[in-house]
Amino acid sequence: MTEVLVLGERTDDDALDPVTGELTAAGLQIADDVGVLLLGAVSERAAQEAIAQGANVVYTVDDPSLDSPELDAKVAAVTEVCRQVDPKVVLIGKTLDGREIGPRTAFRLGAGLAQDCIRVGADRQTGRVTATRPVYGGNAMATVTFPGDGPQVVIMRGRAYEPLAADDSRTGDTVDLSVDLKGAESRVRVLGTVEQAREGVRLEDADVVVSGGRGLGGPEPFELVEDLARLLGGAMGASRAACDAGWIDHSHQVGLTGRTITPTVYIAVGISGASQHMAGCSGAKHIVAINKDREANIFKDASYGVAGDWRAVLPSFIEAVRDLVIS
Amino acid sequence: MAPLNIIVCVKQVVDPEMPASAFKIDPDTKRVVESQATPPVLNGFDENAVEAALRLKDGVGARVTALSLGSAFAMDVVKKPLSMGADDLVLLHDDAFDGLDSFAAAMVLSEGIKKIGSYDLILAGRQASDWDNAHVPFGIAELLDLPCLPVAQKVDVDGDRVTIQQTLPDGYRELEADLPALVTVTNELGEPRYATLRGIMAAGRKTPTVWTAADLGVAQSSLAPRVVVTDLYVPETERSIEMIEGDDDADAGRKLALKLREDNLI
Repeated sequence: MTEVLVLGERTDDDALDPVTGELTAAGLQIADDVGVLLLGAVSERAAQEAIAQGANVVYTVDDPSLDSPELDAKVAAVTEVCRQVDPKVVLIGKTLDGREIGPRTAFRLGAGLAQDCIRVGADRQTGRVTATRPVYGGNAMATVTFPGDGPQVVIMRGRAYEPLAADDSRTGDTVDLSVDLKGAESRVRVLGTVEQAREGVRLEDADVVVSGGRGLGGPEPFELVEDLARLLGGAMGASRAACDAGWIDHSHQVGLTGRTITPTVYIAVGISGASQHMAGCSGAKHIVAINKDREANIFKDASYGVAGDWRAVLPSFIEAVRDLVIS
Repeated sequence: MAPLNIIVCVKQVVDPEMPASAFKIDPDTKRVVESQATPPVLNGFDENAVEAALRLKDGVGARVTALSLGSAFAMDVVKKPLSMGADDLVLLHDDAFDGLDSFAAAMVLSEGIKKIGSYDLILAGRQASDWDNAHVPFGIAELLDLPCLPVAQKVDVDGDRVTIQQTLPDGYRELEADLPALVTVTNELGEPRYATLRGIMAAGRKTPTVWTAADLGVAQSSLAPRVVVTDLYVPETERSIEMIEGDDDADAGRKLALKLREDNLI
């Protein structure tokens, strides 16, 4: 019996995507019986990897339509597997595919649905699944549960749980499920992908990120922001407001719907600290805020702050940093 | 060719720019307390969706109907699409629509869309800035059996086909589907246009169409939640801040650099 079904994902070279191990670890918080579902032409190696990371059983559904980037067949397959396996809960990662497969599957099943969860468990008395997640851009935390019986769908934020260390001595079954995908041909066609060239350090990998916001008032000050980022060997970020205003490209956007970053030092210049921005940078070890409004939200989460006009603060800060870094 | 019929779903939300000090939760109802100082706003991504609709209206021609669901509308908030240039506003308004979960909300909106009748394209913001679920648009697409193209930074219609640029972390990909279809819109589309004075005055004169649960044939029992909030709280932050003061702002900038060096952060 599979109480928790994990929607596994694979990388292009048929290794297991780390999200699979993360979701398996999350599933083990709810029950001991965790099954991993892998769609498409799955190798024995990928199935073994899922078992080594804690799955009791690996379910596979093989159909050529499941190896394409279109999602309609995957939604149909996950829905049908849920009906066959009848788990208590389905765990899905908040990935490009998962953020769409999760809700669509839930609506087809008439299931309860929780998004962007960072903790899961089971209520001790009722056995019902519980899930906890940030809401209101991180201003609040919510715990939800599901009154209904059938499978519930929980979408997990990336890296909410660490995958278990792989243990190759673990054993489990691989079950190939037969699913009828006739009529599930995709109505959305993927025409092609355009990748944006990127210079310097990736925001997600940078140890130092310097970001500018609405308070900078225009595109020119971002040259100063970039100077500082370069001086510190870091990357340049921006708030959504600054990107929407066209002062800087959206590829720099840090926030709930932009990039999520975890640098050691995050320097925010002219950023008010709206919760949707903080959701993208609250993983920084130290936040340094420069803002002329002493009451700005950003100071609530910062470790260091200067309440002053960036026009005066930033040039002298950069000059002093240059002296310190070069000497 | 007849102009496109576009329905844009919009939601009134708690202002996400509200200062943290004004953000309060009622521990009994597990709801956010309405702030007198910070009135509600139209969800930002929904304004982007209205903008996408109006660009199509400007380009290929369209009739744009805004659609909203709630139990306590602020009229100046939900009329914003009209003042930006939308043609009609339909409000699904009933006390029974208070605090619906994603499933019930998508069901009621779908009934509203069916009652409006003719549509080629349904637009919505990629998510609402209260719970950031991104559930309801997928739900509408499922319930109305429409192709769904999420997170668009560009929306084009050519004949009976819609093409979008879907935002990715490092670029975008192009998706297409036949109409009718549902598209969700992201802020990368660009800033929504401002309401013009003429638009605001025209919006003021327009009376929205209002439909209740009974008008839609929605039974109370069909609104039962599939998800229940058992706790909602403001997390404690452990950070304590060191404010750097100087003789003037430039001096504070220098002292900040010295402090960060002293603490081995630069």
